[in-house]
Amino acid sequence: MPDPLIVAHALTKRFGGFVAVDGIDFVIAPGEAFGFLGPNGAGKSSTMRMIGCVSPVSGGTLRVLGMDPAADGAQIRRRLGVVPQEDNLDTELTVWDNLMIYGRYFDLPRAEIRRRAEELLEFVQLSDRRDSRVDPLSGGMKRRLTIARALINQPEVLLLDEPTTGLDPQARHMLWERLYRLKQDGVTLVLTTHYMDEAEQLCDRLVIMDGGRIVAEGSPRELVATHATREVVELRFARAADQSDALARVRALAPRVEAVADRLLVYTDDGDATAAAIAGDGVGAASVFVRRASLEDVFLILTGRTLED
Amino acid sequence: MSTPPVIRVVEREARVFSRLWRGTVFSTLVAPVLFLAAMGLGLGGLVDAHTGKVDGLTYLQYVAPGLMVASAMQIAANEAMWPVLGAVKWVKNFHATVATSITPGELAVGYVLWIVIRSLAASAVFLLVAALLGAVPSAWGVLAIPVAALCAAAFSAPLSAYSIRLDSDISFPVIMRVGVLPLFLFSGTFFPISQLPTWLQPLAVVSPLWNAVELARAATTGTFHLGADILHVAVLVVCLTAGLLWGRRTFTRRLTS
Repeated sequence: MPDPLIVAHALTKRFGGFVAVDGIDFVIAPGEAFGFLGPNGAGKSSTMRMIGCVSPVSGGTLRVLGMDPAADGAQIRRRLGVVPQEDNLDTELTVWDNLMIYGRYFDLPRAEIRRRAEELLEFVQLSDRRDSRVDPLSGGMKRRLTIARALINQPEVLLLDEPTTGLDPQARHMLWERLYRLKQDGVTLVLTTHYMDEAEQLCDRLVIMDGGRIVAEGSPRELVATHATREVVELRFARAADQSDALARVRALAPRVEAVADRLLVYTDDGDATAAAIAGDGVGAASVFVRRASLEDVFLILTGRTLED
Repeated sequence: MSTPPVIRVVEREARVFSRLWRGTVFSTLVAPVLFLAAMGLGLGGLVDAHTGKVDGLTYLQYVAPGLMVASAMQIAANEAMWPVLGAVKWVKNFHATVATSITPGELAVGYVLWIVIRSLAASAVFLLVAALLGAVPSAWGVLAIPVAALCAAAFSAPLSAYSIRLDSDISFPVIMRVGVLPLFLFSGTFFPISQLPTWLQPLAVVSPLWNAVELARAATTGTFHLGADILHVAVLVVCLTAGLLWGRRTFTRRLTS
């Protein structure tokens, strides 16, 4: 295995008495797409900000590109690209000037920035908006411009904090496709998300975070295989009371059942057989739906909560 | 060849200014010149006719350096308040800046440097107009330009250090009314501070604006008093240095948490 790009050991972030990140360990290798999956408040953004060298480490050790963020923050940031959770484009500048000025922050020569800016606007399909101000751009366009901006210094690692939150499905898919191309070009992607489909689409490997800790680690497939069953039967009921009545009877038929707000999730290796058994037992579900298990289920099984909570 | 980080911070501000400068012409140039015409020529004619000269100067000559430095202070105060809070709180572009190889401390210093550059330009134009009106008797008057810029720096460094810590702009109008406006009126800008009540005079003496006005007036009239002038410079440099040191801390604390 080549030298890891990012290594964290017992990494901790405290804000006063509040522990946002509670002693986590992870290793990120060059070229991989690594994800932090978890609900809001799990400590993902705090971790990203520490990696991005804009938030001092409270405890443990962190090495990024072989360097210590506390000592070499500016040197590390020179080689990172950052797409923050909230757009912070410069609204007083045009699309083009956002890239030019950002390139200058990295002390790149103007001619080089112009060359890269042309390419990057092409890459994020904003060439026709280069003289536009930032404000009139759609949410998806702003995100794409933020990604272009993050790439102006040709970073070895691209940090993406909730890259598609708030975007419509079409804009999300377009963004995923761009990120996939970057990954193919060898850029290491580190992202946080609370969308399990995003994690499954983009990540080679991920950790699931909850309450500042890592509760599981692996590839999306490994995580599902290790912590969930192959299939899931989803039962919905007409009334909440029906659901609580049915819970005990369903538990008798399948070893692992999770009750969430609006449905029961029954974990099984043979969904159709389990669905048939449930129907035969006279559990009066309004709808029965068999699907493959996903990262959402892994999270639910490990924490008892859903990602959207 | 590498460019110092603070200069790269200035490049951004200069780029924005190159698009928006037309909107600033009135407040930074036309308004001070109107003041100069009204006070120096209009009111000054009356003053000169009734009381003779003020500290040996025509009223126009007396008030020109005061207005020049006071308007540099106003530009500095404005630029160090709303735009700083906006960049950290609303637009958040400062957060984007410090995600690059620029550090928060460099951003703090670069931002003040930009205000200094802007004040240099505005003061140079004002001085030229004042000279054409006969308000600048001495060629040493060119030194009033760096004095105005130093005054802008002495105000913008501590004020931007303060602004970056805030979550709302409710204190800004208070600072303008209770701080900047009284300084503008009572720091030897329009009349000597010897006209103030005795108990107020020590307050005026420690005000950075009074020190800057005295220096600028020494320059435009070519009458220097070495000891006093060194003290004036020292007061301004202390404000600037303290402001920059504080700003490096507050920018770092706010932008890296």
